[in-house]
Amino acid sequence: MDLLTPGTGLIFWQAIVFLLLVLLLSRLAWKPILSSLKEREQSIQSALDTAEKARAEMTRLQADNEKLLREAREERDKMLKEAREVTNRMKEEAQLDAKKAADKIIDDARAAIQIEKQAAMKDVRTQVAMFSLQVAERLMKKNLSTDKAQKELVEEFIKDLKVN
Amino acid sequence: MSAFSHKITRFFLVLALLFSSVFSYAADASEGGEFNASEVILHHVMDDHIWHFWDGHYGTLYLPVIVYSSERGLEIFSSKNFYDDHHNAVAYNGYTLDHGHIYLNGNSVFDISITKNVAMLFINAALLMVLLLAAAKGAKQNAGKAPKGLQSFFEPIVVFVRDEIVKPNIGHHYEKYLPYLLTLFFFILFGNLLGLLPGAGNMTGNIAVTMTLAVFTFIITNVSGNKAYWSHIFWTPGVPLPLRIVILPVEIVGIFTKPFSLMIRLFVAITAGHIVLLSLISLAFIFQSVTVGFISSLIVLFINLIEILVAGIQAYVFTLFTSVYIGMATADHDHH
Repeated sequence: MDLLTPGTGLIFWQAIVFLLLVLLLSRLAWKPILSSLKEREQSIQSALDTAEKARAEMTRLQADNEKLLREAREERDKMLKEAREVTNRMKEEAQLDAKKAADKIIDDARAAIQIEKQAAMKDVRTQVAMFSLQVAERLMKKNLSTDKAQKELVEEFIKDLKVN
Repeated sequence: MSAFSHKITRFFLVLALLFSSVFSYAADASEGGEFNASEVILHHVMDDHIWHFWDGHYGTLYLPVIVYSSERGLEIFSSKNFYDDHHNAVAYNGYTLDHGHIYLNGNSVFDISITKNVAMLFINAALLMVLLLAAAKGAKQNAGKAPKGLQSFFEPIVVFVRDEIVKPNIGHHYEKYLPYLLTLFFFILFGNLLGLLPGAGNMTGNIAVTMTLAVFTFIITNVSGNKAYWSHIFWTPGVPLPLRIVILPVEIVGIFTKPFSLMIRLFVAITAGHIVLLSLISLAFIFQSVTVGFISSLIVLFINLIEILVAGIQAYVFTLFTSVYIGMATADHDHH
């Protein structure tokens, strides 16, 4: 039964010692330990927050960079396309012009040739007519000096007519 | 390999410690001739005015006796005066020591002697002060740096008590009660562990110690009890009138059963552990057999490990329930 009856002396000392312990420890031990724990927790939290912020910032910057790059690439493509179009157009125009010029030259040449040809033909015709006349004159002078020859010629002409 | 030999050495060291307690215990038993297990066990579990380690001239520490009586006032003397050379009880200066109680001419006196458990209490408190102040010093020195040494040993336990026991049970205003609860936890934990050492007193298994702790919890709980807490006790809301009258005495009894359960739980858990350990060791002397002694020592080793677990669990439970009671007394009962 003595086991279950609390001793007054022990209660007395326990109360004193425990109260002192609570007072001393809360001032000298728990205060610094708890405040250092709290401080550390806060510093860890703030470090984590900063890291998170930096990460978000990085992502944002990366996205920005990508956007810029994409825009630049689009711009380049557009410029290239335009340049190609301009070249093509210029080439086509040049070709067209050249063709036109060539055609004109050819036409002119053809016209000139025609005119020259006609002039030459005319000339040739006149010359031929002149020669023919001269030849005819000479022939006439030589061959028709006699009546007989004149007769023969006429007969030959008639023969020719008959054949034709 | 060296780790293994380390383990072996440690194992034998533990065994040696266990057997040393067995030997001192055997010496006790041989003293009286006839072996009386229950008497010896109770003697070991209870408080005493002397601290007996082993037989012989230097084996006993005679602790100071401090008594107060209206007749003689305060008197301090060694408890050695109550024993003669053959360790028989004698009277001293009118004082007699009978079954742990001191009487002056047949009347009981106010006894505030430094008994075995009071000495254990001092040792426990001193140990706590030394270790925790060293940890606090580390906390101050390593401000903004990683914890080191004792500080890193205590910090996780402090965080555990704060985040797992106190914070969830008390709520946002937990900081006010944290120093008391931390002291409570470490006091009980260290007391329990110290009590397991061979030759140590059963301090946290003494009902006076657990009662004092329970009374502190009782005072703190009821002093910090808010309006909602008291209205819950005296005029339980949301309950029909006749029931309120029935509930009232139940609630009032409840105020006292809470600390009472705290007191009994710690006392029983620790004392029972000691009794089991001592009973197992007693088997060797009851059977007077080395084989039984060897086997029971192995079991004692196992139980000792369980007791280390119990030491932690009881410290946890006492702190947990104190937190729960304080939490109940200070909670905002908005839902009514």
